[in-house]
Amino acid sequence: MSDKDSLEARPAVGQPVLSATHVTKQFRVSGGHITAVDDVSVDFHAGKVLAVVGESGSGKSTLARMLLRLMPVTSGTISYQGKDVTHIKGAELRKYWRDVQAVFQDPFSSFNQFYTVGQTLRRGMGAQGLEKETLEQLIETCLGYVGLKPGDAVHKYPHQLSGGQRQRVMIARALMMNPKVLLADEATSMLDASLRVSALNVLQDLRENLGLTVLFITHDIGQACYLADEVVVMEHGLIVERGTTDEVIFEPKNEYTKRLLADVPDLKGSLKVSKDF
Amino acid sequence: MTNISSSAVVAEAEGPLVPVGLPTEPKKAKPGWRSLNFGSRMWIALGIIGFVAALAFIGPLFYPFGPDEKVGSLYDYPTWMNTPPTFEHVLGTENFGYDVLAVLMASARTSIIIGLLAGTIAVVIGVAIGVLAGYVGGWVEELLMGFTNIVLAIPSIVILILISISLQSTNVPFLKGAVGLALVIGITSWPWTARAVRAQASSVATREHIDVAKLSGARTPSIMVRDVLPYLASYAVMAWVLQLASAILAESTLSMLGLGPSGANSLGKQLFWALAFQAVATGAWWAFLPPTIVLTMISFGLLYLQSSLDEVFNPRLRRGKKKNLAKAAARRAETARKLAENQPVEVNA
Repeated sequence: MSDKDSLEARPAVGQPVLSATHVTKQFRVSGGHITAVDDVSVDFHAGKVLAVVGESGSGKSTLARMLLRLMPVTSGTISYQGKDVTHIKGAELRKYWRDVQAVFQDPFSSFNQFYTVGQTLRRGMGAQGLEKETLEQLIETCLGYVGLKPGDAVHKYPHQLSGGQRQRVMIARALMMNPKVLLADEATSMLDASLRVSALNVLQDLRENLGLTVLFITHDIGQACYLADEVVVMEHGLIVERGTTDEVIFEPKNEYTKRLLADVPDLKGSLKVSKDF
Repeated sequence: MTNISSSAVVAEAEGPLVPVGLPTEPKKAKPGWRSLNFGSRMWIALGIIGFVAALAFIGPLFYPFGPDEKVGSLYDYPTWMNTPPTFEHVLGTENFGYDVLAVLMASARTSIIIGLLAGTIAVVIGVAIGVLAGYVGGWVEELLMGFTNIVLAIPSIVILILISISLQSTNVPFLKGAVGLALVIGITSWPWTARAVRAQASSVATREHIDVAKLSGARTPSIMVRDVLPYLASYAVMAWVLQLASAILAESTLSMLGLGPSGANSLGKQLFWALAFQAVATGAWWAFLPPTIVLTMISFGLLYLQSSLDEVFNPRLRRGKKKNLAKAAARRAETARKLAENQPVEVNA
């Protein structure tokens, strides 16, 4: 698969690839509206991992859905490689989705349970008119890349896979589109601890070997620090802190960030306490 | 994507998809239909429907008299009531002297065909409108649901009677018969299905697999057919069964009012002629009771089938769930014991 079909060629590392400018999202409720995302501006740089951290209800997933163009913005602009994509539709939107892919939180509900892994993976590429052999080769490569045996996995239905395997298939599906940006929306939160690390390693590997820009959305600042180059902290729809990972961990300026960092379990500390006890 | 192949995956695999250490040859799998866990209610419903269907479609092949064959006079007694009893005309004759059982078989056939046609038409229209409104949303949903509500607000029996009367005077022959009646019933009975399907479709439309389909480049029609519709199949099947029952009853109602299919027998028409020729007043029960019983059996069978399908599609409603759970727990405990003692364990496919 070449880059010629995508909107533009892969940008140089560090260049802004996807941007949200003064983006606001309001939902109508009885008696008024609530603001889920409030005048947020953020740039995603090529080849970098940006983590958006915040508690449930802080607006991070809403921001991701607007960036993915799965939800319209109330105001503001989404731009991709300098082009305004806020209101694109039809074929142009499908082209955008080829470049900007996502992996969602629930690895089971991300699947259409009536289709096998193979059918799910083939579907995305079917529209691109690839030859059968090329397609099968691509499936094999992408499944192999995320550590799954293609021969085993392609004939399985989602319920026959473990949570970690499902999430890997979803990453493979996104990879097949040869994206330039990958949004991982709480992609590890429904996995148990051991699988979480391996999923994080897959994302790390994608960034390092493929130069993929990753937007990693999580409520766990510990995971964000493990993976990200930059961290953005959101609270009540607002960005309350942003900076490099080191800045946010070691020199947090905002009280909310300090609270999030204080909530990260300290395994060594707890071992010491139990030993002392 | 070419560089993917060169970059070996470092991520730790979660292990093979088949558990290690267990015999890999699976026990012979249950046939697919066994996994549906049909309950006793389902078998009773299928038995009743099967009996009526056999009477309608297989019975005429073996019964010596036809529905258009005059074999007696007005309301001849069933022959088993004669002295000595015979079984020649087991249900006697009706007002025109035709054999009641032969007419009953033909009537049941017509009623079932009308029900199948009308039910299918209503479900196809209802599901199409419901999925479109529920998935697309916005002004399309407002428009389609507004139209549905208007159709719902008009008493359907009035529409049925008016259209049936107009069809009686049409020059198109097939519209005067069973097909015409099925069309009329079908195109007037879809709104409830549309509303129910719309509610389900708008719920399915918010699920993550729909977002994944969009990100995979699927177009709206493809998403509606491949990602929304399969999730509504159980509702569509249950709606179809209900529509079938209500279409058969609607046909009977119209036929009893004298608006039945021309040139064909039907259960409602049998009742119409029985009433017109004073069968109730004269005590000729064999003229009106058999079609009433068959009509009741079809409706009861279909409604019972619908409620038992509900159990099949919704495991929470399944009877004997506690018993099954206890059995499953016992099976698991036994497997765990065997594994602990290093005994061979059978793997179910």
